[in-house]
Order: sequence, then structure tokens, then C-alpha cells
Amino acid sequence: MVTLACEGLAVTLGGRIVLDAASAAFAPGGLVGVVGPNGAGKSTLVRALAGLLPVARGRATLDGRDVAAIPRAEMARRIAYLPQGQTLHWPLSVARLVALGRLPHLAPFQRIGAGDAAAIDRAMALTEVTDLRDRVATELSGGERARVLLARALAVEAPVLIVDEPLAALDPGHQLDMMALLRARAGEGALVIAVLHDLGLAARQCDRLLLLHAGRVVADGAPADVLTAERLAAIFGIRAWTGMVEGQPILVPLHRSS
Amino acid sequence: MTVWTWAGRAAKEPFVTAALPRPILIIGLAGLAALAFLLSLGIGTVALGPGRLLAAVEGRDVIAHVILVDLRLPRGLLGLGVGAMLGLAGAALQGYLRNPLAEPAVLGVSNGAALGAVVALYFGLANLHPALLPLLAIIGALTAIALLFALAGDVESPLTLILAGIAMATLAGAGISLALNLSPNPFAAMEIATWLLGSLEDRSANHVLLALPCVAIGVGLLLWDGRALDALTLGEEGAAALGVDLGATRLRLLAGVAIGVGGAVAVSGAIGFVGLIVPHLVRPLTDRAPSSILLPSALAGAALLTVADVAVRLVPTANELKLGVVTAFLGVPVFLAHLMRARRIW
Repeated sequence: MVTLACEGLAVTLGGRIVLDAASAAFAPGGLVGVVGPNGAGKSTLVRALAGLLPVARGRATLDGRDVAAIPRAEMARRIAYLPQGQTLHWPLSVARLVALGRLPHLAPFQRIGAGDAAAIDRAMALTEVTDLRDRVATELSGGERARVLLARALAVEAPVLIVDEPLAALDPGHQLDMMALLRARAGEGALVIAVLHDLGLAARQCDRLLLLHAGRVVADGAPADVLTAERLAAIFGIRAWTGMVEGQPILVPLHRSS
Repeated sequence: MTVWTWAGRAAKEPFVTAALPRPILIIGLAGLAALAFLLSLGIGTVALGPGRLLAAVEGRDVIAHVILVDLRLPRGLLGLGVGAMLGLAGAALQGYLRNPLAEPAVLGVSNGAALGAVVALYFGLANLHPALLPLLAIIGALTAIALLFALAGDVESPLTLILAGIAMATLAGAGISLALNLSPNPFAAMEIATWLLGSLEDRSANHVLLALPCVAIGVGLLLWDGRALDALTLGEEGAAALGVDLGATRLRLLAGVAIGVGGAVAVSGAIGFVGLIVPHLVRPLTDRAPSSILLPSALAGAALLTVADVAVRLVPTANELKLGVVTAFLGVPVFLAHLMRARRIW
């Protein structure tokens, strides 16, 4: 079973501390949401967990090993990471783009094998982009593109999946699809961490939330325990209506609290 | 120079035209290069037809044998080697910098090599030993890349690298201008200017022995990182998340360009635009992934430069037309085609 953790993790970017004393442990099963206002350090936290940022203090560990000591290629096979707002620099076909997800599994000059092709097809089927396979990825709509990029991340078939704001370009239907997909991956035994801005969806769909504020983890637990009225006011500066519908927590931001 | 990507531009064709199956493309381009090589052996002041070429190879025709071995063979081999290196370097750099306008000259490699050669000519070192000029050119290219590393630091942004490269190219260009400016006499200036135009005329087996090992190292280093270039389609962070060691990739790539292009320019003089246009000619025939254009660009570069080198022998001019002049003229229509597609005229 894969575990991911950080202890007293601090990251500085351009001399500024953007993440400080972050400690948390993650195990498979259940979708973990990372929430917080803009600039809280959400992306920094997940990038550091994925070993993509130099760590100033503390450490991030994968199965107890310091991620800084794990070779890049091995990290890429264990953790699939989908950055926010990814740009595509060449007009690749959708199938070719999704196939990039298999790179961590290929030795230099090794060709894509039957197993890789099957993984690519599975990822495209899950995100419903199979019909787009011959389209040019740079010419898709924002929603199609978000699904294709998620397919790229799923094609890695890594035990850990980290997605940074995957809902940004999606309509409500596809937002629900995306959350269902992430939940399904978690249900299959993957460790799934998603940075989310939509508190309503985060409250309803995540099993656990990590709330960040000014570079620190200020709350970690079940959504209802994390997103209290006091924290919404103090951290997000909002008042929200909260309630239960169909047995699920509902959160609707109403107005600025100050 | 603006760094632009394909991301913002919708091409006219809604689907990636499956282009050519890769084996056909590779075999076709290799066939073209081989044909160009044979033409290069046969065509010149003394035409060697197939019959005479065969007689020369078998040693039955002594004069033809001398022409073939001492003149045509080095020239043909250098055409293939230099062309392949320039085409491949352009393809690799366009992929690495994610900029369709990248070529070895953008990083100052070509100008660095040219400055090394100009120094050899200016101080008369070229007359001391024939190997000194190409050696200084290679040293110039390596120095340019070393300074580039120092200037760009460990920042992964392609823009930083391009800015540092332009600084290097400009510095080396200024050095070349200075040498022309301070030339003791018009003949020395003429010698420098002629070398700068680029040519494969009168090259010997020694030039081949000097250039081809450099080209082989360069080709090896550049072909190694195709997968990393593909991953960079997703940007630096996307590539790192896919397991690419960005630092090692950059080191291999820049070393490959410096050694390969340095060695090529050292014997051919400054031949521009091949590295720029060849990837553009090849890209539509592939799936457009950076790794897919590497080998085809090397083959197409070899064929293009060799054909251009045959063309300079056929065009009737008082002085032999210089190769660099021909490739520069070839570069213009490719740029225009790009411009027209960007403006949706074509």
C-alpha cells in the first residue's frame, strides 16, 4: 500500500516562504481535497509532495523514503501529476498526447507495447475522449482539453494521482463527471489528492479536506469539520449557507463576511 | 525575438493528417540522401557518369579515381554529415525550446564557431597548419555553449536560454565584425568574408576526419533525448512529472549541439537556415511530436545540403556560388510560407 506524507515541510520560492511546517499523511482509499484561498500554498504543497520543488525544511516521503532521494523516473511511475492550466507546445493528436503518460514506463528507444496501448485506451475510455483520439489536442474546447489532459495523467496508472484544479474549464456536468472519476480512482485503491477551488464540490465529494492558509495547514479532517463557519469567515472572508441535501453537505457562498 | 507556440494558433486542418507511415518516411528520405550523395560524386567540373564512377571505384580509371577519392568523396561525405547535423540540431532545439524559430544560430553556437575560425584567419594561424582553423572553430563553439551555461544558470525557462544565446551570438558577431574592421589588408578581409559565406569546395579527407567524429557524437547525443523532448510538450514541470531529468537533458542537448554543429561549421563555414527550415519541411509528414522529426530532419538535412552543394556546381557564375548563400535563399520561402499560414492566407 502506497503512502505519501510530509513532516514540517517548508518551501521557499524566490526567497519567500510559500509553505511552512506542513505535516500530513495520506493513504489510499478516499478522495483528499486540498482547499484554501488564492496564494495559500495549495499547489506548492502538492508539487513538493510530487518531488517537483526543492524543499527548504522538513521532508516529503513516499512509502517512508524521502522523495528528494527517489530517482525522477521512479517518482514518475509512482505519482501521476496533472498541473493546473497546462499549456501544450506542439499540435499533437489526442492519442499521441495521452500516450505521453506512458513515458515513465519506457526505457530509452523502447516502443509502446500492447500493455501501454491498453493503458492508453483505458484512460481515454474513462475520460470519454476515445472519439477525439485523432483530433489535434491544441484545437479542442477547454472542457475536452481538460479531459484529455486528465487522460494523460490516468494513462500513467500510478498508485498516486495528484491533480491541481482539474475543474477550472469544465461545465457543471463535466465537473461532476471529473469528481466521480477521481472518486472512482480512489475507490479502486489509488491515493488521489485534488487541489480544488469549488468549496461546494469539495465539501460534497471529498472524504477528507486539507485546508491551507498563508502557507500553513490549518485544518485536516472531514469536510464538515474543516469548513466551519468560523474558518470560512476568518480564512476565505466569506459567509456561506450550509445544509444537507440528499444526505450530502451543501455549501453556498453568500457574501463577504467583513 | 518572440517565443510563440502552436497552442494559440488553430491550424486549418481539423485533424492531424496521419502523414506518412514512419518506415516509408525514413526509407524515402534515406533514399533521397543516397541519391544526392551519388549526384554529388558524379557532378562537377569533370562529370563522372555511372560507368566512369564504377571504373574509378575499381581503379581502372586513374584520373577518375583521383577526382573521386580526393575531391568528390570528401565533399559528398561532408555534405551529408554537415547537413544531417544542422537539420538534427534544428529539430532538437525547436523541440527543446518549444520554439519553431529555434536553430543552432539562436544559441550562438554557429557564431561562436565562426569567430573561432575568423580568429584563425585573422592571426594567420590558418596558414601554419590546416587543422588549426577547424580546431579553433570547435573551441569557439564549445566556449559559446560554456558561456551560455554560465549566463543562463540553472533556470529551466527556454526564454532565458534564448536570451543568453542571443547575447552570445551578438558578442561573437561583434568579434567577427571587429576582425573585418581591423583587417590589415583587403585580401585578409576577403578571406574572412569568403569563409563566412560557407562552402564545401576543396575539402580534403582531413576535413572529413575532423568533422565526422564530431558530427557522430553530436547526432548520438541529440537522438538520445527524443522522449524528453516529447515530454516537454507539457512544459518543464509536466516533463519533470513524467520522469525527465531536465538538467541532464539540457546538458546532453547543448553539448550535442556544440560538439556536432561546432565540428560541422568548422569545416563548412557558416551555413545558415538548414537547421531552421528542415524541421519545418519534415514536420507535416510526421505526427508532429518532437521525437518524430529528429531522424527525418537529419536525413532531410543531409539530402538538402548535398543537393544544394550540387546546385552550386551547376549554376554558371564567375566565382563558384557559395553554399551558405544558396541555403539563405532557400530559407526565405519557408519563412514566407509560415507567415502566410499564420495569417491564414494559405
